[in-house]
Amino acid sequence: MLKVKELRAEINGKEILKGVNLEVRPGEVHAIMGPNGAGKSTLSMVLSGNPAYTVTGGEAEFYGKDLLAMPPEVRSHEGLFLGFQYPVEIPGVSMVNFMRAAINAKREYFHEPPMSATDFLKMMREKRAVVELDTKLASRSVNEGFSGGEKKRNEIFQMAVLEPRLSILDETDSGLDIDALRIVAEGVNKLKSADNATIVITHYQRLLDYIKPDFVHILYKGRIVMTGGPELALELEERGYDWIRNQIDGENEGKEA
Amino acid sequence: MEALKQYLDLYTAHRDLIDSHSCAPLNLLRDEAFRELAEHPLPRKGSENYEATDIAEMISPDFGLNIADVPLEVNRACTFRCAAPLIQSHLLVVDNDTINIPASLSEQLPEGVELRSLRDLGREEPEFLVKYYGSLASIGNPIVALDTMLLRDGICLRVRKGTRLERPLQIVNILAAAAPLMAVRRMLVVIEEDAEAKVLVCNHTQSVDLDMMDLGVVEIYVGRGAMFDYYEMEESTEKTRRLSALYLRQEESSRVTVDSMTIYNGTTRNEFHTHFAGENGSLRLLGFGIADSNRSVSVLSRIDHQVARCHSDELFKFSVDDHATADFTGRIHVAHGAVKTEAYQSCRNLVGSAEAKVNSKPQLEIYNDDVKCSHGSAIGQLDPLQLFYMRTRGLDEAAATLLLKQAFMADVIEGVEIPTLRERLHTIVEQRFAGTPTGCLSNCAAHE
Repeated sequence: MLKVKELRAEINGKEILKGVNLEVRPGEVHAIMGPNGAGKSTLSMVLSGNPAYTVTGGEAEFYGKDLLAMPPEVRSHEGLFLGFQYPVEIPGVSMVNFMRAAINAKREYFHEPPMSATDFLKMMREKRAVVELDTKLASRSVNEGFSGGEKKRNEIFQMAVLEPRLSILDETDSGLDIDALRIVAEGVNKLKSADNATIVITHYQRLLDYIKPDFVHILYKGRIVMTGGPELALELEERGYDWIRNQIDGENEGKEA
Repeated sequence: MEALKQYLDLYTAHRDLIDSHSCAPLNLLRDEAFRELAEHPLPRKGSENYEATDIAEMISPDFGLNIADVPLEVNRACTFRCAAPLIQSHLLVVDNDTINIPASLSEQLPEGVELRSLRDLGREEPEFLVKYYGSLASIGNPIVALDTMLLRDGICLRVRKGTRLERPLQIVNILAAAAPLMAVRRMLVVIEEDAEAKVLVCNHTQSVDLDMMDLGVVEIYVGRGAMFDYYEMEESTEKTRRLSALYLRQEESSRVTVDSMTIYNGTTRNEFHTHFAGENGSLRLLGFGIADSNRSVSVLSRIDHQVARCHSDELFKFSVDDHATADFTGRIHVAHGAVKTEAYQSCRNLVGSAEAKVNSKPQLEIYNDDVKCSHGSAIGQLDPLQLFYMRTRGLDEAAATLLLKQAFMADVIEGVEIPTLRERLHTIVEQRFAGTPTGCLSNCAAHE
């Protein structure tokens, strides 16, 4: 579904992604790990179309369409979802109105009539259950006054509502205690099917105890430098990112010499 | 001076005619107002407190004045429907500046609530009108002077001691004429001890293509322990000019809300002068303005804490696009003896284009140490991260912008204490930002 080739991108004139290659097929779970500053969040922002980032090279295809040519809202309609590392607070916009606008925008894109009020409320109720989201939170302003855990649960709730084909979860585990982590991970697992895929971006291995990846990629200095199975995450946990640094930087030094 | 001269000349030439269509207490103050205007040049644009208002320019078109009280043809079929169908209110419609209070309206008001024209009041109860008329509004203010000099009639709402007016009084002012017209309006509100009332004033212009002027002064007295809410909404046209000055005096333990909403306008200056005369009073002064195209909204507020233990909360919000401008000048004055004062002021602004402009001038003057006061002013743009977040959920930029702008105004609207009006305002603001006609026009048979 997603084919990323030699993707390069910069922000404020600084090149962060320096040629990323990645292929994701339906039913797969990919984990992208890497040290701070490797470009993990940048990759998620670029794939979801944040206008603050400039693509300087390479390509990304999503179900055969040019992903990079689409505005963010069309990427969403086509089935791409980004779970934010820092979900944005939007005071004055209620979760309910926000989700209704989102659902109906997508339906309009596919030339479908707006969802009826009854169907919408029923759907909201069902999806809330996926992440045990409090009814009260759904009636409040988007993320406003939510705790860290509530914000992350709210991201998975939105994912459940939008039913994406590919979800990119950017450090969904950061700032979560064990219980919240379990609820969020279970939510993700419930939504998993043979037709959709997930990219989990994480700094630590612990999330991968809950969400089992098929592939683990190590992103370092703007490139995927290593790809393996779940065992790679465990090895990384054991040996630390210095292992990568030494190996990759060592290699480069060798080449340069 | 030229702009003003036409009004001074008109007054000199027709003083007797104006007097004959008015009443003695109103006629009493005209000469002083005339002298004030004749002897003092109008404040120039750019001078203190008139940074963005050019009064001379605003009154410069050749406005007609209906000094002989000639009935003007007004087809009010559409305009007055603005919020009325949704709000259970006592409704009075005012065509330009001609006051006709139907007997049916007076009869439906509870005992102790009197709604009269100033002219009738001046003839029937002159001592009451002399006591209150012009005693708050300063004649040194050119808006007040011009209004006082040219005023023919106005409205007085009196709510007697201990009386509660359950349903709000809704006054729908309509500007409509066949030629450019200046309506000279005045309102006097006297809420006596422990009384309670709510007033909603909607200002509309029906003559879209003509220069129209809405000149008005409001004087509000709120007695001890009384509660009063005053909501004012402008939904006029780009060619409408509005000069308005509101004066408020609050006695001990009174509670007042003043909320001013500019939804559609041309050039507007709204002034608010409030005064705490007794301890433990509280005031919420709220407002918002939405301006695009070449519209401009200007607010001047003066909150005067003369006595101890009063509380004021001020919040104004503006959203400007295209070439529009918004201006806020707000001063809170806390006098020497006004200990335990709590006074908060906030002005927040959203600028949506490179050419739109906001000026904000918050001022606190505090003459004692035992107070809690704050002021804040912010001018900015929509948060790009909020926009991106919404777009990743499928809203296009226009839809996301619309939701964010509505959300920006939400807290001012939430300050409205009439639930049906609050709901209606959320819709009106949504329609306003979406660029669809709001309220009256969209409900109007003539426009369908």
